[in-house]
Amino acid sequence: MKVLVTVKRVIDYNVKVRVKPDQSDVDLANVKMAMNPFCEIAVEAAVRLKEAGLASEIVAVSVGPAACQEQLRTALALGADRGIQIDSGEAPDPLGVAKLLAAVVAAEKPDLVILGKQSIDGDNNQTGQMLAALLDWPQATFASALALEAGRLRVTREIDGGLQSLELNLPAIVTTDLRLNEPRYASLPNIMKAKKKPLEVKSPVELGVTLKAHTRLLKVEAPAERQGGIKVGSVSELVEKLKSEAKVI
Amino acid sequence: MAILVIAEHDNRALKGATLNTLGAAAQLGGELHLLVAGFSCAAVVAQAAAIPGVSKVLVADAAVYAHQLAENLSRLVAGLGKGYSHLLAPAGSAGKNLLPRVAALLDVAQFSDIVGVVSPNTFKRPIYAGNAIATVQSLDPIVVATVRASAFDPLPAEGGSAAVETLDAAHDAGTSRFVGEELAKSDRPELGSARIVVSGGRGLGSGENFALLEKLADKLGAAVGASRAAVDAGFVANDMQVGQTGKIVAPELYIAVGISGAIQHLAGMKDSKVIVAINKDPEAPIFQVADYGLVADLFEAVPELERAL
Amino acid sequence: MREAMEFDVVIVGAGPAGLSAACRLMQLANEQGRPLEVCVVEKGSEVGAHILSGAVFESRALEELFPDWRERGAPLHTPVSADEVYLLKDAERALKLPDALLPKSLHNAGNHIVSLGNLVRWLGEQAEALGVQVFPGFAVAEVLHDENGRVKGVVTGDMGVAADGSHKDGFMPGMELHARYTLFAEGCRGHLGKQLVERFGLAGDTDPQHYGLGIKELWDIEPSRHRPGLVIHGAGWPLDKDSGGGFFLYHAENHQVVVGLIVDLNYANPWLSPFDEFQRLKHHPVLKQYLEGGKRVSYGARAIAKGGFNALPEMAFPGGLLLGCDAGTLNVAKIKGSHTAMKSGLLAAETVFAALLEELPDSAWAPRWKAAFEASWLHEELYRSRNFGPALHRLGPLAGGAFNVVEQNVFAGRLPFTLHDREADHARLRPAAECPPIVYPKPDGVLGFDRLGSVFLSNTNHEEDQPCHLRLADPAIPIGRNLPLYAEPAQRYCPAGVYEVLEEEQGGPRLQINAQNCLHCKTCDIKDPAQNIVWTTPEGGGGPNYPNM
Repeated sequence: MKVLVTVKRVIDYNVKVRVKPDQSDVDLANVKMAMNPFCEIAVEAAVRLKEAGLASEIVAVSVGPAACQEQLRTALALGADRGIQIDSGEAPDPLGVAKLLAAVVAAEKPDLVILGKQSIDGDNNQTGQMLAALLDWPQATFASALALEAGRLRVTREIDGGLQSLELNLPAIVTTDLRLNEPRYASLPNIMKAKKKPLEVKSPVELGVTLKAHTRLLKVEAPAERQGGIKVGSVSELVEKLKSEAKVI
Repeated sequence: MAILVIAEHDNRALKGATLNTLGAAAQLGGELHLLVAGFSCAAVVAQAAAIPGVSKVLVADAAVYAHQLAENLSRLVAGLGKGYSHLLAPAGSAGKNLLPRVAALLDVAQFSDIVGVVSPNTFKRPIYAGNAIATVQSLDPIVVATVRASAFDPLPAEGGSAAVETLDAAHDAGTSRFVGEELAKSDRPELGSARIVVSGGRGLGSGENFALLEKLADKLGAAVGASRAAVDAGFVANDMQVGQTGKIVAPELYIAVGISGAIQHLAGMKDSKVIVAINKDPEAPIFQVADYGLVADLFEAVPELERAL
Repeated sequence: MREAMEFDVVIVGAGPAGLSAACRLMQLANEQGRPLEVCVVEKGSEVGAHILSGAVFESRALEELFPDWRERGAPLHTPVSADEVYLLKDAERALKLPDALLPKSLHNAGNHIVSLGNLVRWLGEQAEALGVQVFPGFAVAEVLHDENGRVKGVVTGDMGVAADGSHKDGFMPGMELHARYTLFAEGCRGHLGKQLVERFGLAGDTDPQHYGLGIKELWDIEPSRHRPGLVIHGAGWPLDKDSGGGFFLYHAENHQVVVGLIVDLNYANPWLSPFDEFQRLKHHPVLKQYLEGGKRVSYGARAIAKGGFNALPEMAFPGGLLLGCDAGTLNVAKIKGSHTAMKSGLLAAETVFAALLEELPDSAWAPRWKAAFEASWLHEELYRSRNFGPALHRLGPLAGGAFNVVEQNVFAGRLPFTLHDREADHARLRPAAECPPIVYPKPDGVLGFDRLGSVFLSNTNHEEDQPCHLRLADPAIPIGRNLPLYAEPAQRYCPAGVYEVLEEEQGGPRLQINAQNCLHCKTCDIKDPAQNIVWTTPEGGGGPNYPNM
């Protein structure tokens, strides 16, 4: 079974974003970038399938400028076999990414595509579902457990209020949630080996995809700072306010 | 053109977030239609039809929709969608699973978790875990969006009488199958999705004293959280931590007990709708963000609060 | 069983010294067509993540390493346009010193205001392009010695160890990195450098190393207040006459200024809090005139080694060298250590490369290193400024400052005598009962801030479930001895709020160590009066993630 796994280069989760003074976007100059944490989980899931003898090859794909090769190398160090960078310039919106990935899927013909459920920059949570739609494949989003049984995929999904289990025909799309696994560390020898693993660069044109803007970013602002409210004098006053004014109990 | 809202429900009852989503839809201008797709969901349809402001309820009642499988539902919604200006759903796990798939079938963008309507094609939505708010404009003929329920006031649940139209299309992709569901049975909801969170800090003094908070939480149907200071002091387990390095929560009501309000903690709960702080130190920074602050000894105030509820 | 990897040279720390050494080694190897395996191990999550400096940068060493640094896009964007020096007399008043009264070493014409973090990021890219293996996110935990005691490499820290010492799901044992030569460039008070100095007796009869704690913030200011290239230094208020130190405020690019305070860590009053001194300093009109209406965007802190020539240990030991601030090559008269650190890296690379080519034994290599160092401008520069720090320490800021003006301007550091400062910084702390408590103003949230809000802006984090990397040799000392005697000064000298003394309802006070907040500044390792706190490396990748610092 061939597995395709996607990785996105995003701001490191430890770094607080700062909105540019002109409100055009957030300021990413010289901040630490890293692989999106949900993508790390996706890579780990793929590697575990390979270690279990269920997957034969793992192809890691990233859409973005040349800098995202760094994250592809990380995926290769973690156990992916080869990488594909789709050189799209700045990242397109999720529908554009899904179209590029669909073209890669058409060429690579994987049996399973594993994506992070969302990236921690745009927080869109769309690409996997859109890719599934474009390919007309079944999808299991927000996966917290994954098993392959008799050529079908059994996935436990995190849904509001609990867990849901689905069975999917292959080929299929899975998007990862936090509890699917605990990603491993890349070891130094594997980081060195990863530098020698194959990494192709493809353009949208080569993939036959014409990207079109579906949205326009007008402004990015810092969230409104929360203002302090009032001090209440007693527990009974607090209960009264919560009931009649805030109406939350 | 009309706006179609996809109802969130469990075949037995309409989920409240649907009303908030309708509240967002009402800001867009246009007739409101509500789609109830499920199986044996007549009770939901009845609730849907009673919402004032909804002019039509579309009903797709078929076994293939019983578990909201995106493969089947997306075809239904995309088929309907061409006749609408907007397709909206609550930004819960069901809506997030479905709408991107619908948008791709319609070849349009999708807007996730909108928290503000600027104009019918321009929305505000949080990015970077809420640390920035983007204003984004749609360039497509149809707007597909999931709506963060807590950001919009709900429409009333009762008083209307919408027309009900039954759809007979039953799409079955045949590629996925529902196996089972395990909904949390615990009376205490999960921290990440609880409507009310009661959190304790170092002011609790010990792990045993968290029992005070648990009693209060049980009374409120709330989850129990903790500040990093309380976790670092060994009072409670790390998975209860709310904050920058713990869970980010945005419940309707957040009660911070004995928490000073370090910025790392605030980063994890500042999007809560209503914040209550109980602390004996009137200078504690938590009071700067609390809607209701009570300067009191928590060991007296918490039991009193529990009795008063 | 640990795996091992073999290199010609292993370098610990991707800062100016380590990366300069790495780049020059590969330049030499590439010039001579000789294969060379060089790796740099860096504990920060990326190259530059842990770098914090003022910084006004002198490009002399950079010119030697990359004469074409402009074409290569080195981020030196803001030439110094003006120098101002102030003596703050109190919270309101200041004396602007005329140029003639300044030591020449403090004149900055020709230098650039830089983000050293960004310069180091650029150096990291150059190193990788030259063929250096750069491994950020790996902390070096130990030094390896062969049977004769010669350093034969290092071991990276285990990853995935739980707080209780058990192995977590993703446990990965440390890796041995073997090398013909191992260069230690950890920066000030490197935890391995400290061990090497001790093991090989490198300090000899030099003065003890002296330190300062530098605390720095980056601000977006109103464009109308911005004067790109303006460099301001000063001393005096809020530090009292017994506490040395000085502040800086540099106008960088993009309507940003950096502002900081360096507090000498030989201060005596245990009530002193460098963090709070800095917060109140920003309210002085000299600084406030620029900061007012601005927004703080980043925060960080780092100790600096400022003992200079008199405290410089032998840098060579069997199998390697201590470089840059790990040895103590900062020029305190210029308040600059980057160019000297880089130069130490270049000298190291040249001598080590020659030794590798000629397969020299240590007995032949070490004297060559010493000769090269002593013939270099680095040695000359450090020698000439040898009296600057001791003068300030021994004579106080006024008389010491006057001495420095005369010595640097008139005699250019060539006076035939040397001032010494023989007392270690931690030993200068006096009992709390003998010192006046200091009451700091509450932070106003506009110019002054609290510790945790500040640490938040450093983007620091550590994997939570790991053993505490701040070790107490004797766990009883903080409460048993430091608290009664010195009111446990760690609560105040730590700029990240790592150490807290909590009053428990039962069992009395307790020391809480919030290791996750640690900024890796090393002050605790330096200033603890009992020398009881040992800073060790946490899991690789932990610590601050400074942007543009």
